[in-house]
Amino acid sequence: MKRHDDGPIKPPRPVRDGVALAAAVGVVGVVFGVLARSAGLSVAQACAMSLLVFTGASQFAAVGIVGAGGSGAAAIGSALLLAARNTLYGPVVERWFRRDRVVVRAALAQVVIDESTGVGAAQTTDADRRRGFIATGIGVYVLWNLGTLVGAVAGDLVGDLERWGLDAAFPASFVALLAPHLRHRPGRVAACSAAAIAVATVPVLPVGVPILLTAVGAAVALIDAERRAGFEPAPEDAP
Amino acid sequence: MSWATIVALAAGAYAFKAAGVFLGARLPTTGRPAALVALVPAALFAGIIVQQSIGDGSAAIVATRVLGVAVGGVAVWRKAPLFVVIVVAATVTAVARLTLGA
Repeated sequence: MKRHDDGPIKPPRPVRDGVALAAAVGVVGVVFGVLARSAGLSVAQACAMSLLVFTGASQFAAVGIVGAGGSGAAAIGSALLLAARNTLYGPVVERWFRRDRVVVRAALAQVVIDESTGVGAAQTTDADRRRGFIATGIGVYVLWNLGTLVGAVAGDLVGDLERWGLDAAFPASFVALLAPHLRHRPGRVAACSAAAIAVATVPVLPVGVPILLTAVGAAVALIDAERRAGFEPAPEDAP
Repeated sequence: MSWATIVALAAGAYAFKAAGVFLGARLPTTGRPAALVALVPAALFAGIIVQQSIGDGSAAIVATRVLGVAVGGVAVWRKAPLFVVIVVAATVTAVARLTLGA
């Protein structure tokens, strides 16, 4: 298959793609609602988790541990390990909202997650990064919470995620969100090093830790770029 | 799950997000720190793709998932919109599982 001749892969469109991703997240929210009830949470508790914790992977981990008879402390430990990567997204996102008031930034911090950062960071202008982040962040927040409510109230209507192949939808989404970062060598080096770190550590380390370790890939790419530039400061054309 | 656990999770999750946003504001916007920040998404998203693709499930579940992600990757390469990528990856995986009885 030959690539089209009209230039490199285009960035995802901020609002349209944010909504598409939010719709898929909404379906997963229904599954979370169902699982939360089967793990013994009340409808109010399931909804409170999605409204207040709002970190999908952490919520699934916490509910899964409690449902399997684990302690609250074990649930908190695993869930927060999974939430820690959102700290790494903060400095990326913060640049797009630097001129906004503290209250606005404090509110936006609640929707700093994989999906919103992904759609934002895939754009080419700051205006589009803001639009992509806000559309995805708010879209995911609304649909994740609606989905949770439906799942918690209506019960087991959807079956499991795996039957619908939804567990493949998210990594595939991140392939689309990663693509624009691969146009420049530093992005390619960062992604390849990170992928290698993940392949080596995912089977052996507790869930959550490998993703934190992949941040080392960014440092590898920076060192590579500086070496190639003859120890000059890193080029600003990093994606 | 107790309400205390839910409150602790909420506080912890928000603290991580807010720490990144507000401490990130103290990082310089030029030079090495800025170049490093700009490369974080490429690294973490590649890690997420690997983790979510091979992370858990039986051999048949993982194999069918990897197949769906790979076909989704072809859709990305052919410049399909994100919505199409999501539907293609999920459909290929679901159909492969149905066929294999996975």
